[in-house]
Amino acid sequence: MADREERRFAEISRESVKFMAESTGVELGDDVAGLLAEDVCYRLREATQSSSQFMRHAKRRKLTVEDFNRALHWSNVEAICGYGAQDTLPFRSAKEGELFFIEDRDINLVELALATNIPKGCAETMVRVNVSYMDGKGNLEPQGTVPSAVQSLSDDLLKYYQQITRAILGEDPHLMKVALLDLQSNAKIAALLPYFVYVISGVKSVSHDLEQLNRLLHMVKSLVQNPYLYLGSYIRSLVSSVMYCILEPLAASINPLNDHWTLRDYAALLLSHIFWTHGDLVSGLYHQILVSLQKVLSDPVRPLCSHYGAVVGLHALGWKAVERVLFPHLPAYWANLQAVLDDYSVSNAQVKADGHKVYGAILVAVERLLKMKALSLSQQSDGGSSGQTGFAGGSICYRVSSPGLSPPPEPLSEATLGIASHLQAGGAGCPLEEWTPVPLPAMYCELYSFFGDSLAVRFSTGPGFSSYSALKSSQLSDARKEPPGPTSNPDTTRKMPQLTANLNISPRHDGSPRTDPTPPSLAATGSGRSLTRSCSSSSSVQRSRSSSRSGQRSAGLSRDVFPKARFTSSQTGPPAFSFLIGGRQMGLRCQGRRPFQTNFAPTPPLSAVPPRAYAHKLPVIGRVGKPVRRWACSHYSLHLPL
Amino acid sequence: FRAVPDDGGLVDADEDKDIKTEASNDSWGNNNANDGRLLSPSPGSSASAGSNKSAAGASEEQQTLLAVLQFLRKNKLTESVEILRREAGLPEDSLEPKGAESSGAGSGGASGGVDLEGGDASSLLTAGEDQPDVNVVLSAYSQQGDPALYEVYYSGLKRFIESVLDCHRAELSQVFYPLFVHMYLELVYNNHESEAKAFFEKFSGDQECYYEDDLRVLSSLTKKEHMRGNETLLDFRTSKFVLRISRDSYQLLKRHLQERQNNQIWNIIQEHLYIDIFDGMPRSKSQIDAMSGSLAGEAKREANKAKVYYGLLKEPEIELPLDDEDEEAENEEGKPKKKKPKKDSLGSKSKKQDPNAPSQNRIPLPELKDSDKLDKIMYMKEATKRIRLGPDNLPSICFYSFLNAYQGLTAVDFTDDSSLIAGGFADSTVRVWSVTPKKLRKVKSAADLNLIDKESDDVLERIMDEKTASESKILCGHSGPVYGISFSPDRNYLLSSSEDGTVRLWSLQTFTCLVGYKGHNYPVWDTQFSPHGYYFVSGGHDRVARLWATDHYQPLRMFSGHLADVTCTRFHPNSNYVATGSSDRTIRLWDVLNGNCVRIFTGHKGPIHALAFSPNGKFLASGATDGRVLLWDIGHGLMVGELKGHTDTIYSLRFSRDGEILASGSMDNTVRLWDATKAFDDLETDDFTAATGHIHLQDNSQELLLGTYMTKSTPVIHLHFTRRNLLLAAGAYNP
Repeated sequence: MADREERRFAEISRESVKFMAESTGVELGDDVAGLLAEDVCYRLREATQSSSQFMRHAKRRKLTVEDFNRALHWSNVEAICGYGAQDTLPFRSAKEGELFFIEDRDINLVELALATNIPKGCAETMVRVNVSYMDGKGNLEPQGTVPSAVQSLSDDLLKYYQQITRAILGEDPHLMKVALLDLQSNAKIAALLPYFVYVISGVKSVSHDLEQLNRLLHMVKSLVQNPYLYLGSYIRSLVSSVMYCILEPLAASINPLNDHWTLRDYAALLLSHIFWTHGDLVSGLYHQILVSLQKVLSDPVRPLCSHYGAVVGLHALGWKAVERVLFPHLPAYWANLQAVLDDYSVSNAQVKADGHKVYGAILVAVERLLKMKALSLSQQSDGGSSGQTGFAGGSICYRVSSPGLSPPPEPLSEATLGIASHLQAGGAGCPLEEWTPVPLPAMYCELYSFFGDSLAVRFSTGPGFSSYSALKSSQLSDARKEPPGPTSNPDTTRKMPQLTANLNISPRHDGSPRTDPTPPSLAATGSGRSLTRSCSSSSSVQRSRSSSRSGQRSAGLSRDVFPKARFTSSQTGPPAFSFLIGGRQMGLRCQGRRPFQTNFAPTPPLSAVPPRAYAHKLPVIGRVGKPVRRWACSHYSLHLPL
Repeated sequence: FRAVPDDGGLVDADEDKDIKTEASNDSWGNNNANDGRLLSPSPGSSASAGSNKSAAGASEEQQTLLAVLQFLRKNKLTESVEILRREAGLPEDSLEPKGAESSGAGSGGASGGVDLEGGDASSLLTAGEDQPDVNVVLSAYSQQGDPALYEVYYSGLKRFIESVLDCHRAELSQVFYPLFVHMYLELVYNNHESEAKAFFEKFSGDQECYYEDDLRVLSSLTKKEHMRGNETLLDFRTSKFVLRISRDSYQLLKRHLQERQNNQIWNIIQEHLYIDIFDGMPRSKSQIDAMSGSLAGEAKREANKAKVYYGLLKEPEIELPLDDEDEEAENEEGKPKKKKPKKDSLGSKSKKQDPNAPSQNRIPLPELKDSDKLDKIMYMKEATKRIRLGPDNLPSICFYSFLNAYQGLTAVDFTDDSSLIAGGFADSTVRVWSVTPKKLRKVKSAADLNLIDKESDDVLERIMDEKTASESKILCGHSGPVYGISFSPDRNYLLSSSEDGTVRLWSLQTFTCLVGYKGHNYPVWDTQFSPHGYYFVSGGHDRVARLWATDHYQPLRMFSGHLADVTCTRFHPNSNYVATGSSDRTIRLWDVLNGNCVRIFTGHKGPIHALAFSPNGKFLASGATDGRVLLWDIGHGLMVGELKGHTDTIYSLRFSRDGEILASGSMDNTVRLWDATKAFDDLETDDFTAATGHIHLQDNSQELLLGTYMTKSTPVIHLHFTRRNLLLAAGAYNP
């Protein structure tokens, strides 16, 4: 009986009563103490009962000391002095024995009185209103990011959706990584796909926020990589979102400090990835993409960043796309670009810098076009195979060598089929301009007329071919591995600098940071730079003399495309050899802006400058001196397998 | 005047007396200390017992008056005696023969206002009742039986009830709880502590779960000394526990007890229980459960028989200015012609006198001032833009969050036009905010007012002191948490009720306190203005609800009868009735005119914290700590619906302006919307239930629930529909 009561109520033991009596100097008998204890318990219970009433009327869930004091007050018991706090009081147990007490620290009043950091009063009580539910159909999330249709989902899914979107769009990068990983591997989210696609289509509303755009693109990537998801016709919506990031003159681009270039690069990568892995889901998708890219490219009203996007987009879609769209357009486009580049007015500085970007991008694209075409030709002749295999081979090689591309997780054959079929489809009913394949030499000549030696340098690929084939096999066997030895082999590097550069094209370099939240191109930039440095230092022994000399010689003879350069006046040695490396690097970096940067790379202090910011400040593009070209030309002629 | 069990000769005499006093207790909670004689075995009532068995209310009324007169005389309030006598039209000597001596009523009862020294929280009024004696009350327990036999008796009855036919079992099971409590108390009273504990231990588990709270109180009571001054105990003793049992079941029980010579139980049933016997089918378990749960059993059927004029008062005719201002200007000379048809079309609706409405002047209501008329016009204009709500057209919800309310938000109210919001806080302050861009301004000081040109057109604007304009004002005056708050309909005043036992009237022109109404000597839990202004009602810990007029410092009516705190009070839309909810888990409806209790609604299983009348005045919704909303038909005195869904105390209820939607806000951080139209439609036609009072509730809460809306960890403590049916909710954000 007593046990039951003890469980149910707080009890004050006889001993406690005795102790308390003793402390006030009263001696109590056992009987009296027992009776008192019992009565005190009863009174306590009673007071607790009535104090709960005060809690209820104060519309609280927590019973406070104040409530209890009020109950005591109304049953004519003197209020107990002491705490009246709303917070719970710390309740401690003493180490020795089962003794519990409320911690009652001494307060140093002097310290308090002399304190300089006088606590501010709490903020003022106020009323704020918000429309929580419109027409009774509110969003469960007050921020309003959830489309109302989501409500029809099961609770679990809904929660998952909310958590994921919150994590991805939220502040915590770690959380975002986890969310993206889960999105990439979760097998049960098919029902949510439309909603995710909906969220992603929000890119159009956040075009001012690069970070959000980036996150949304990562979300696309995760969805695309999720092997359990059948994207179906949603691929179209995803592609349009990605294309938006590639092509649109985003609001964020207005500020030159915003690195929207990287975003475009990444989006282009993603586009090619979607296309490789899911291109077969929607017929004519490849074709549509080409058309829209072409449209942008041929529209002179569009800002340069859009053109840049179109170029990198084409580049990402493969050399065939470049050959079909960019190459035929180049003569027309070149005039525009050159006009921009030739304008040295201060007001044009920014546009000009953008122009250089485009220039670089085109350069990279056509360079690979040349290479791949050459490669396909050589393979064709080697194997004597049909055009179909040529295509297939070409695309494989493309996959291997394409710097920006992360290989899709699907078997390669599928991807190959994908592109091949689309190319055929595109070829069958082609609304694109008449396209007749241009033979490689003619193409090269034409391109050379535009780009001069900066093009030539990267086409020094005699040994490169063998390395490609080696690479190809290794990558086919294991697409996820880093490329084999040569990259890191110092011996090779030292002996054959160009070859080193070519090997750096390894797709893994760029594809490796696939789970990395920072855009791959950025990460790759770092590695590329460091490699450049090693190259330059190693190759400097070989070349510094000749190149610097040629640099001096060429001072007055710069091409009229890139007529002026500070470089000419600063007649220092290192920049000259840096061309070479710059040239090579262009190949490995697949980024047009690289050469402008590497001009200055050799001087150590510059390495500290963030490459991109630096690139923007640069008024001049790569100093392409004729002597170098000559040298490069000869070099080229030695190796070109024509 | 009531159903008396006509067969139990054994019962009759006794029961008769008790029933009488009970009835008067319930229906005569009148202005004056209604029942000094409640507990006194008064000669008056027993004398009347024989005579007025067939006589109806008239003579009973006279009895009551006589008793009151006697009381007054005894306390030497001769003036009052005279006045009352004259008003009642009684002859001078009427007191002499009958009002012999009410000696039984302990002498102490006199000084109405004196507190009990035991410190139990009874009002001066209930003090009047209780004072006579805890001793007399308790002595009823003094009968000595063998304590060891209690268990035998109880389990014997239990066996019997379990063995009867199913249809009777549910009804007879109602006997268990009151029987258990009384037997336990008897044991305790007679100092059989261990037996009492054993008894409690053995049978407390059998009781219905909704009595859990009371059982907890009971279990803490183990000594005779504790019984003195324990409210719950007194409640239990002073009011008979009411059971409704069909005649067949009752016969069964009686036969069994007589056969067994089980006098112990029979005595308890006779002394402490009131068995309301009806003819007809026994009720089912669910029917019983729906109605039981209150502290003192169900309401007696006759308690809900009085006619209630629940209809709305006729709207005063106000000439609605034409909407089109230009048109009015054009027809300057043709105005009278133009107006007439207008008036008719407008008045046609309100002209028809609702047969259920009270007469227009049943209680005196304040006349409309010009500003009130203007406001009515505004209201009508807004009403034309009102959104018609329905299951397919739910209201938008705006949430007013009180931020930084560390001191504790305890009450909220909006003005009817939603222009002001007021909050009562646990730190004794009342704060008023303007929710429109219009700032709150005080009237200028008297000296400055003298300087104003009183003839100017914009004098009302000129009297305001621009320097005092601010978004909010703080009203200080109370000395305890403010638990209730209410704006006057004309927005000139604000009422607040507090733990300090006062109700204060504040002016919203000067932002100062105008009156402190003292009367409740204990915390005042709620207060509300009448929809017509002038009157207001308050209810508190003293178990009494009081009706006040703003210009009287003493209450006009006192509504006593609740067995525990009055937790919430609401005016009927026609101002003729007041509903009160209590922690005795009943709702009572009181007639403002004569102070009678005209309805008692039982069925809630916890203290009631929210009440709302439907706009047509026909229905009442109530919410309690049990998380359920119950719907009541006032005219028939029936429960007509149960809305389950909330998981915590419901603190606010509100019907939309046209009554289609009921919104409920709760401690569980949700607002729920219910289809009121459907809930009331389903049951309105059922004549049988109206006649018998036996309701069949179908469990259709899920169909009626139109939506559940979460807040961000903010308990919803107030809801308000704007004139255009936008739902406003308010609460303090407590992270």
